[in-house]
Amino acid sequence: MKITFPHMGNMYICLKALFNYLDIEVVVPPMPSKKTLSLGTQHSPEFACLPLKINMGNFMEAYEKGADTIVMAGGVGPCRFGYYAQVQREILQDIGYDMKMVVLEPPQKHISELLVKIREITGSRSWLDVIRAIRFAWFKASAVDEVERMVHRLRPREYNPGDADQIFKEALKWIDEANSKKEIDSAVARTRDEMQAVPADTSRRPLKIGIVGEIYVLLEPFVNLDVEKHLGRLGVEVERSIYLSEWINDHLFMGLLRLKGNKAAREMAPPYVNHFVGGHGQETIGSTVLFAKENYDGVIQVMPFGCMPEIVAESVLPTVSRDLGLPTFCLIVDEHSGDAGVVTRLEAFVDLLARRKEGKGDIDFKEKGELVCADI
Amino acid sequence: MPVKIGIPRALLYYNYFPLWNGFFKALGAEVVVSSKTTKAILDKGVKQSVDEACLPVKLFFGHVTDLKDKADYIFMPRMVSVERKAYICPKFLGLPDMIRHNITDLPPFIEITVNMSKNDGSLYKSFSEAGRYLTGNSLLIKKAFQKGLQEMERFRRLNELGFLPHEAIEQMDRGLVAQNFSPLQEGRMTIAVIGHGYNIYDTHISMNLIGKLREMGVRVVTPDNLNTTIIRDRSDELPKKLFWSLGKQMIGSAFHFMRSDKIDGIIHVASFGCGPDSFTQEIIERHLRRSGRIPFLNLTIDEHTGEAGVITRLEAFVDMIEWRRDAL
Repeated sequence: MKITFPHMGNMYICLKALFNYLDIEVVVPPMPSKKTLSLGTQHSPEFACLPLKINMGNFMEAYEKGADTIVMAGGVGPCRFGYYAQVQREILQDIGYDMKMVVLEPPQKHISELLVKIREITGSRSWLDVIRAIRFAWFKASAVDEVERMVHRLRPREYNPGDADQIFKEALKWIDEANSKKEIDSAVARTRDEMQAVPADTSRRPLKIGIVGEIYVLLEPFVNLDVEKHLGRLGVEVERSIYLSEWINDHLFMGLLRLKGNKAAREMAPPYVNHFVGGHGQETIGSTVLFAKENYDGVIQVMPFGCMPEIVAESVLPTVSRDLGLPTFCLIVDEHSGDAGVVTRLEAFVDLLARRKEGKGDIDFKEKGELVCADI
Repeated sequence: MPVKIGIPRALLYYNYFPLWNGFFKALGAEVVVSSKTTKAILDKGVKQSVDEACLPVKLFFGHVTDLKDKADYIFMPRMVSVERKAYICPKFLGLPDMIRHNITDLPPFIEITVNMSKNDGSLYKSFSEAGRYLTGNSLLIKKAFQKGLQEMERFRRLNELGFLPHEAIEQMDRGLVAQNFSPLQEGRMTIAVIGHGYNIYDTHISMNLIGKLREMGVRVVTPDNLNTTIIRDRSDELPKKLFWSLGKQMIGSAFHFMRSDKIDGIIHVASFGCGPDSFTQEIIERHLRRSGRIPFLNLTIDEHTGEAGVITRLEAFVDMIEWRRDAL
């Protein structure tokens, strides 16, 4: 049995660690590329959302590298993600790719439903080992998130653009190669040291932009056209509404770990979106409100074309923007999205925020406790 | 003067209007339905909604705008779920929010949440909330709810006889209580039109697809003519239950029509940008192709669709079915 899984940003690091820990052979699909995209689009339904198409490409490329079993998460809707595996299975069957699919569905009646599925993959390995492996993968997820936060901070401050990304790339490799919790910790520590050594203007107070939206597009740089990197190079400090470890906790651990999760964000969504709408629609709005409260300069919503929950959020976002005086920008990606067009639009948005900030000049006033001019 | 309740002639109007109508009329209210879809209504909707929304949602925006000065309240249920463990679609879940933040100066909404995913009995609770906008008398509300359910039951029976939902609504309006024969005429062939009610029965956005087929002498049946047991049993054949109610209806009816020897062809109508359709259509198409028994035509409609193109494709499809029958 050779296991593979779909890509989502840096999740491969955790899943690889998980399966390696259990001595299960794993085939990591090649990182998403133009080839992945065109393979995927060729066989997927035209109006399916982009993640499904990239997933398809991942599976096909992994099959060529010898994978025969796919591990995939499921869901109970109403977001389409919950039915991905079923559609993908039908497609793989028709194009003659003989692959077994193990779909980890949230248990409907009893936790045993999920445990049976996990047994299909882990075979006779003891539950204690499985739990240890999951714990190990979790440490890696947290480490990845931590170095990502570091790079978000350093990018707008470095004197020599590209230094931070160079270290970030290395850091991911170190975490990927770490064989124990100790090695993970030292990888993170080493990253911190190296990032601190990068020549940077630490006193600079850059523009701050929050990125919200659909989780897959948020986490996968190939799909979001490296929006975080571009913004960093434009001198903007970026914060994301959700990180990998939070998604893993919510979807793969069924929220077992009581983290500062999305609950805080969801609670901020009313009165704009008063009901759960599937996916991360409510979180998108709630996080925007949170970013406004933390005095961010702007918010960018990213989503794949046709994403249903995000369309609800997109419809309501202008009101949120108006009410809270926070400029927002919506970036919709599909298989035709091009780098250049997006960068131009990002530049324009950042320029707008910068000018607004200069003109407003209410930041120092606030610190002195004087009147804030309500200038929009 | 009775209170005027506005109901947009869009989205689930084609599925639940008799229930709503029966309920509000029994409470002594006057029910005002928005005008039939016109280009002007559609244009207004397109203008006020986000570009990415699907055609039926844009059209709903247009119909709500049409009710602006005609009603005291607009009935705007948040249709989360109409059966256990299934939803309608994310956009229905957020619909009242989308409307409120995009159209200004509307009459107040009668906003209730219908969520039967955990408990079927919650429907009455939702309706009693709606009733409280009009009266404080809970006995009256209970009776009105029963009346609504009765109307709904009649509506379902008319649908199963062979009336299409918009025809059944018209007939009930004229006072038809029940009849014991099917209104379906003999035709040169029978084609199943599979699509969401708000796409196929709205003569403007479907470009009168059903009327055109009938003019060609085709008998038309739709998923609404099947009873819910068939839909449920057939859609349960999928390895994993679908979590969209309308999606289930599409899959269940397609699987039924696919095996019926009374059906000569299947036309699937999807609207551009419909999330669930993109998946159910794929599954239907793949299963149909594997069985290779029944001709299949897929039409995608959006606000730009030209009528001529649709006519050509319908004619070609009907001709093809006849030639195929002659050849067999």
